[in-house]
Amino acid sequence: MTQLALVIDLNVCVGCHACVTSCKQWNTSGSAGPLVDENPFGADPTGTFFNRVQTFEIGEYPNTETVHFPKSCLHCEDPPCVPVCPTGASYKRAEDGIVLVDYDKCIGCKYCAWACPYGVRELDEERKVMTKCTLCVDRIYDTALPQAERKPSCVLACPTNARLFGDVHDPQTEVSQAIRDRGGYTLMPELGTLPANHYLPRRKTGIEIHEEQLRRVSTPLNIDALPAGMPGPTTEDHAT
Amino acid sequence: MRPALSVLLLTTLIGAGQGLFIAIAGTETLQVLRAEPAQSLGALPVAGSVVSLLLCALGLVASFFHLGHPERAWRTATCWRTSWLSREVIVLPLLMAVIALYGASHWLVPRDSQMGLGLLGIVLSLALYLCTGMIYAVVKAIREWATPITVINFTLMGIASGFTLAAALAAISAPALTSGFAIWAAWLTLIAALGRFSALRRNTRIVPATTPQSAIGVRHPRVVQRSQGAMGGSFNTREFFHGKSPEFALAMTRAFPVVAFLIPLILLVAVYSSTAGLGALAAWLAFAVQFAGLLIERWVFFAQANHTQNLYYRTVG
Repeated sequence: MTQLALVIDLNVCVGCHACVTSCKQWNTSGSAGPLVDENPFGADPTGTFFNRVQTFEIGEYPNTETVHFPKSCLHCEDPPCVPVCPTGASYKRAEDGIVLVDYDKCIGCKYCAWACPYGVRELDEERKVMTKCTLCVDRIYDTALPQAERKPSCVLACPTNARLFGDVHDPQTEVSQAIRDRGGYTLMPELGTLPANHYLPRRKTGIEIHEEQLRRVSTPLNIDALPAGMPGPTTEDHAT
Repeated sequence: MRPALSVLLLTTLIGAGQGLFIAIAGTETLQVLRAEPAQSLGALPVAGSVVSLLLCALGLVASFFHLGHPERAWRTATCWRTSWLSREVIVLPLLMAVIALYGASHWLVPRDSQMGLGLLGIVLSLALYLCTGMIYAVVKAIREWATPITVINFTLMGIASGFTLAAALAAISAPALTSGFAIWAAWLTLIAALGRFSALRRNTRIVPATTPQSAIGVRHPRVVQRSQGAMGGSFNTREFFHGKSPEFALAMTRAFPVVAFLIPLILLVAVYSSTAGLGALAAWLAFAVQFAGLLIERWVFFAQANHTQNLYYRTVG
């Protein structure tokens, strides 16, 4: 069974919001109608977004680290938003595991947003229906597009390639390998929602250099420079 | 969570309506079983059915204001296999139909034949409390709600306010029963208060299973949000916070035990021990105060609900 999902690499996300704007652009231009923007130039602008990048600070100054954290629907394998829907508007597709909302059935009761622990469903205040990430379902199957462009808008927009897209049930895909090899994890695992989207942790790449590697203590050139009382190099060392 | 007036009204109005029907149909059933004289109930079954039906209808109307697309409301009856909200939407009209039949049959034909309808209505009323309570109790993301106490409290508070209303109605249409209903209402109010206090106590001691660490998957004791991705508000900042000051929320939390339980309790005891005229006044006052108190209680129920998504919306930027 296919389960399409995103794998987001927090190690390379720079928090540029390109995924946010490209998501908004694609999804506001689709057949489902525009995503509302209220008071876009006013004092209190608000609007519907399927994807948001948030920023967190880890640790205490001066030992802090900034984590940019893109957040969109995780397309859970056991989505709590689906069974609570009274009309069947909220559903999970059997063929590819995408969680979708049927805008023609949704009554806008917001119960699914209450059930979702991640806050990734946003009510469209103009259309009065619940909206959420569709994994660009109207794009990834579009045969009019070149094969390379049949990916969610956010994935194509990411300048650091922090967003990977594919089937997390197929062990051979890029996303499955990334989860396996780079410690992919899910959010709020204690709630048992089994999110399909995974996150790759931040990694520290470094090389440990010891003093001896830079300056060989036993080199013959050091004999005179040795501090008083230090044992000199052994004969074997002289021989080498 | 943001306490929407439509939901506060829905749950309190139908709660009282169901409770009233349980009070009246229950009393009638007991009388029939004990073979007591029929006339003692007087006009109460008809009056009670009308008022109960009115409360349920008002609740139903209020609930429509919660919907973005009320014209599609009929669709809510389709997912009863999985959704408690759908089940509530089915049980409420069913109960209203039974109450209407019960009231009409009392108006048209002698009493004894309506025990079946009365019992059916009581079962449906209890089922409706279950549905209403479960709507909240199944939301795992809100630890304050996800407990069987939620269902028990919805039931207890609804029945208590229904019995208080029954005492008030009886003061007009069957004065002999007023003190009986009043003492039942007093006991139920006391039990409901105990149930609600246990929930309050639980809320103060709750240990969140979900933390800022598990929300973003970084294991460090200090995780501080610096930006939520937008400077303006969003659906997430409006729907999941009560939007009032902490002082206001605290005042509401302190007010509701007095208004919903203590004052009605004193008034109900006064109804039990006073003359008919004064008793009627006290009974109606008790219901009015208790209903207002339960509205405050429901506000607190929502305001105290801390959703896990709030972990992502703690700082604007």
